[in-house]
Amino acid sequence: MAGVHVSTTVNGDPAEFVCDPDEPLLDVLRNRLGLTGAKEGCGTGDCGACSVTVDGELVCSCLVLGAEVEGRKIETIEGMADGDKLHPLQRKFIEHAALQCGICTPGFLIAARALLKKNANPTEEEIRFGLAGNLCRCTGYDKIVRAVQDAAREMRGA
Amino acid sequence: MRYEAPSSTKAAVTLLTKEKGKSAILAGGTDLLVRLKGGFVEPDLIVDIKRIPAMREIKKTASGFQVGAAVSGNELGASVVKKAWPGVVEAANLIGSKQVQGRCTMVGNLCNASPAADSVPALVAAGAHAVIVGPKKKRTVPVEKIATGPGRTSLAKGEIVESLLLPKRPARAGDAYLRFIPRSEMDIAVVSAGVSLVLDAKGVVKEARVALGAVAPTVLLVAPAAKAIIGSKLDDAALDKLAAACSAACSPIDDKRGTIEFRTKVAGVLAKRAAKIAYQRAGGK
Repeated sequence: MAGVHVSTTVNGDPAEFVCDPDEPLLDVLRNRLGLTGAKEGCGTGDCGACSVTVDGELVCSCLVLGAEVEGRKIETIEGMADGDKLHPLQRKFIEHAALQCGICTPGFLIAARALLKKNANPTEEEIRFGLAGNLCRCTGYDKIVRAVQDAAREMRGA
Repeated sequence: MRYEAPSSTKAAVTLLTKEKGKSAILAGGTDLLVRLKGGFVEPDLIVDIKRIPAMREIKKTASGFQVGAAVSGNELGASVVKKAWPGVVEAANLIGSKQVQGRCTMVGNLCNASPAADSVPALVAAGAHAVIVGPKKKRTVPVEKIATGPGRTSLAKGEIVESLLLPKRPARAGDAYLRFIPRSEMDIAVVSAGVSLVLDAKGVVKEARVALGAVAPTVLLVAPAAKAIIGSKLDDAALDKLAAACSAACSPIDDKRGTIEFRTKVAGVLAKRAAKIAYQRAGGK
C-alpha cells in the first residue's frame, strides 16, 4: 500500500504526515500526530467520541480518511483551551460534574462548541438533538445538557 | 490500495474506467468507511469526488435545481432547495447525527442502494433525476432507476452520478417525507413514505407522486396510490384508497425491526400522513 503524503493544519499549526490510503483521520491524529484527545468508541460513526471539526464542520474523525484532509483546517479538543485557560464549556462540564469516565467528553465538548457556534441560545430540546450523535454510557445526559446550557448562558453574557 | 482526489468529473471517470481491480467512489464516506473498516469492501482504488467543483455546488437553473453529488446534508439544509422541496431536504437531514450530516450526501444515499435510504423515497416522489457521467455518453435517468436491489445499482463500470436534478416547483405544490422508527432519531427507517402534490386553484390534487421505502428490495414508486388521490381534495375516502394502494404495493421482509404485517399496514398510514402534510404545504385546506 503506497503512503499518501498530506499537509494540513491542526489547531492552527501546520502538520504533515504520511498515511495509508484507507487510514481514518482518527488513527492519524492519535497514532501519527500524538493527539490522543479524540477517542475511538465505535469506529463506525455512531458514538461521536472522535468528533473534530474539518474546515469548521463537525465530523466523526473515524469517518474521514487522513488522505482527505490535504489543505484543510482541523480543530481537535487539544486546541479548545487557551493555554491554561479552559473554554467555558470545559469549565462548566467540570462544575456540573458532566462526566465520569471521560471517554465521551472530548467529543461532547467539540460537538457542543459546534452547536453553540450555530445557535448561541439553544433550547433544551435543541441541545439534546444537537448532541444526539454523542453517546455517554456513564452519567446520563442531564448533567451534560445542564453544563451546555450554563456555558451558553455565560458565553452570551447573560 | 490507492487514494485519488481528481479535480474534474472527466478525470474521475478516467480513473474508474482504467482501474483493473475494484474501485470505490468516496463522497461523504459515512457508508464507505464503515464498510472498509468492517472488511466488507477492499477496493484497489478510492476516488474522492469532493475536490471536483461541479460536484460541490447547488445551482438554481431554469428547470429547477441541480444538487452536486458531494453536497453534504448540512449544506443542502442551509440552501435555497429547502423552500421549494422541504420534504426532500427534511428526508436528507434525517440521516444520522450532526456529525454525519457534515459529511453525508444524497447521491451517496442513493448509490448505497439501501431500500431504507431516507432521502430516496422523497427524491422519487419529487420526480428527481440523476445525471450520470461515464466513459460513454452522459445520461439522465429517473432516480428510481438507480437501485436494482439492496446494495446494487444500474451504474456501469466507470459511471458516476454527478448531480441530482429537482424540477422547478409550480404554484400550489408541496412535498413531505415521513418514516417510522421506534425512537426519536438516529435510526434506520422501518417503513417510510414520500409524497409530492400539485393542486389546482380549487385545492383539487392535479398531480401526485407517492413513494415507499423499506417495504421492498428497492424504493417503490406507487402509481396506483397517486391515482387514488388525483382529482380529490384529499378527503377521507381518497386517503383510505391511497393507504390501501400503498399496502397492496408492499413486499417487505420480516426482521427484528418490523414484521411484514406491521410494515404493510404502516406504509399506508405514513403515506396518508405525508399526503396531508404535502397538501397543507401546497396551500390546500
